[in-house]
Amino acid sequence: MREAAVEVQDVVVRYGGVVAVGGVSLTVDRGSILALLGNNGAGKTSLLQVCEGFRAPDAGSARVLGLDPVADHDELMPRLGIMLQSGGVYPWATAGEILRLFASFAANPLDADMLLDRLGLRKFAKTTFRRLSGGEQQRLSLALALVGRPELVFLDEPTAGMDVGARQTTWELVESLRADGVSVLLTTHLLDEAERLADHVVIMDGGAVAATGTPAELTAAAGIDLLRVRADAGLAVGELAARLPAKAIERSPGEYEIAGALDTHAIAAVLGWFAAEGAQVTAVDTRRRTLEDVYLALTAGAAR
Amino acid sequence: MSANAGTFTPAPGRAPMRVVLRRQIRMELVLTARRGEAVVLAMGVPLLVLLGAGLTRATNLPTDDRLGYVVPGVLALTVMSTAFTGQAITTGYERGYGVLKRLGASPLTRPGLLFAKTVAIGCLVGLQMIALAAVGVIAGWRPELSQLPSALGVTVLATAAYSGLALLIASVLRPETTTAAATLIYVLMLAAGGIMFAAPDLGVAGHFLLPLAAHAEALRATLTDGASVPGSIWLSLTCWAAVALTAAARRFRWE
Repeated sequence: MREAAVEVQDVVVRYGGVVAVGGVSLTVDRGSILALLGNNGAGKTSLLQVCEGFRAPDAGSARVLGLDPVADHDELMPRLGIMLQSGGVYPWATAGEILRLFASFAANPLDADMLLDRLGLRKFAKTTFRRLSGGEQQRLSLALALVGRPELVFLDEPTAGMDVGARQTTWELVESLRADGVSVLLTTHLLDEAERLADHVVIMDGGAVAATGTPAELTAAAGIDLLRVRADAGLAVGELAARLPAKAIERSPGEYEIAGALDTHAIAAVLGWFAAEGAQVTAVDTRRRTLEDVYLALTAGAAR
Repeated sequence: MSANAGTFTPAPGRAPMRVVLRRQIRMELVLTARRGEAVVLAMGVPLLVLLGAGLTRATNLPTDDRLGYVVPGVLALTVMSTAFTGQAITTGYERGYGVLKRLGASPLTRPGLLFAKTVAIGCLVGLQMIALAAVGVIAGWRPELSQLPSALGVTVLATAAYSGLALLIASVLRPETTTAAATLIYVLMLAAGGIMFAAPDLGVAGHFLLPLAAHAEALRATLTDGASVPGSIWLSLTCWAAVALTAAARRFRWE
C-alpha cells in the first residue's frame, strides 16, 4: 500500500504571536477529494501553505506523497499541481504562453489546447493575463495546476470569483480528476462545493478542526430536523409540542412546522396527534439537516 | 494505477532541466521586449546620452575626445539600467504578483528561476552593449581592444553587484517604492557617475562610493586608452558584488 497523498500531524502555524493553525491533523487518501471548509481566517490557506512547502510548520509535521514539502521541495514539485488563491502569473504574458510554458516544464504534459477547451479559455489564448476577468484568471490557474499531470493537486478556493457556469465546469473537472486517480486537497468556504465534491470534509474554525467526516456522516447524525404538515387550520399545536422534544407552530393557517431532532417515534407521534385531533392531513414534508446547518452550528454563525 | 487511462491519469515528471531553463529564459526575454518602458530605459536613454553628449558640446567633459569619454560611460550606464534599475522594478512587481512564488513552486524550482533570470540579464546586457558599441563606432568612436578581457571582467563584476542590489531592494521594499527608488538612483548615478559630466573628483574613495563611476572609468581606461584597470577599481567592484550578493541571498523573499 502506498503512503497517503497527504499526512498532516498536529501542525501549528504562527504569524508573530498569532496562531493561525493550532495543531491540526488530517489525511488525504490517494485518489480522494478532501475539502477544508471554513470561514476566512479559519487557517485553511495557512495549512495549505505548509503542505505546498511555502513555509515549514512551527510545530508538527507534514508529509506529502511521502516527502517533506520543504526539505524535498525540488523533488516534490513536479508531482504536485498547485493553484494559488490569486495571481502567480506574469500580467503581460498571454494565457496560451503561460500554459505552454508550464507544459514545457513537464515530462508528459497534457495538451494545452485541450485544457483551454475544457476550461472554456480557448478564445482567451492570446489575451494577456491582466486583461482576463477574475473567474478567467482562476480557470487559467487551475489549468496551470493540471497541465503537468500531477498525482496530487492543491486548490485554494478554486471557484472564488467564478460565475455559475464556470463553477459547474470546474466542479465537473475536479470530479474527473478523482475518476482518473488524482488526489485533491481543496479549501472552500462554499458549503455546496464541499457537499458536492468532497469524499471527506474537514471543517476548520479558528485554526482548529471543528468536525470531520464524509458529507453524509456530518449531516446524517442529526436526521430529520423539520416536519411540515398541512392540515385543518387552528389546531392547538402547543399541546403537541409539550409531548415532544421539539417546537411546534402554526406558521400560517393550516401550515404547521415541527422543528427539532425528530426520530421515527417522534414523527409517528406527530402524525398520531393529528389523527387523534381528527384533522385531515393533506401534505407532509420533511427537511434533513444540511451541511450548512452543521457548519453554522459549529462556526459561531459568521458564515456568509 | 488503473488500467483504463483517463485524460488526467497521473504521469508526473520534470522535463529535462535544460529544456525547462531554456523555456524560462526565453519567456523572460520575450516579456522584457514586450514592456515598452523597459526597452526605453535600457536603450533609449543611453542612446540619447551617447549621441547628445558624444557628438555635441552640450556638456563639459575633462577631455577633447568626447566619444572616447562618453561611449564607455554609456556602456557602463546600460549595465546599471538593465541589471539594477530594470531588474529591481521587474522583480518587485513579480514578487507582488505572486509570480516568483508560483514559479518557485513549479518544476522550474527556485534555483532554476534565479539561474534563468541571471542568464536573461546577461543576454540583455550583452546585446545592449554590442548595439551601443556599434552605434559608437558608427559615430566615430575607435575602441582599443587589447584590454578587452579586463573590460569584460569588470563588466561581469558590475553586473553581479547591480543584480544583487536589485534583488535586495525588490525584497525589502514594496513594488511601487522599489520602482521609485531604483529610478531615482538611476538618475542620480547618471548625473554623478561620470557618464555625461565629469564625476566629482574623489580620488580612490570615489571608486568605492560610486560603482558606476568606477566601472565607467575602467571601461575608459581599457577601451579608449588601452590601459589596464586600476587595482582600486577591481577591488571596489569585487567588494560591491560580494556584499550585494550576500545581502540579497540573506534577504531575498519569494512572496
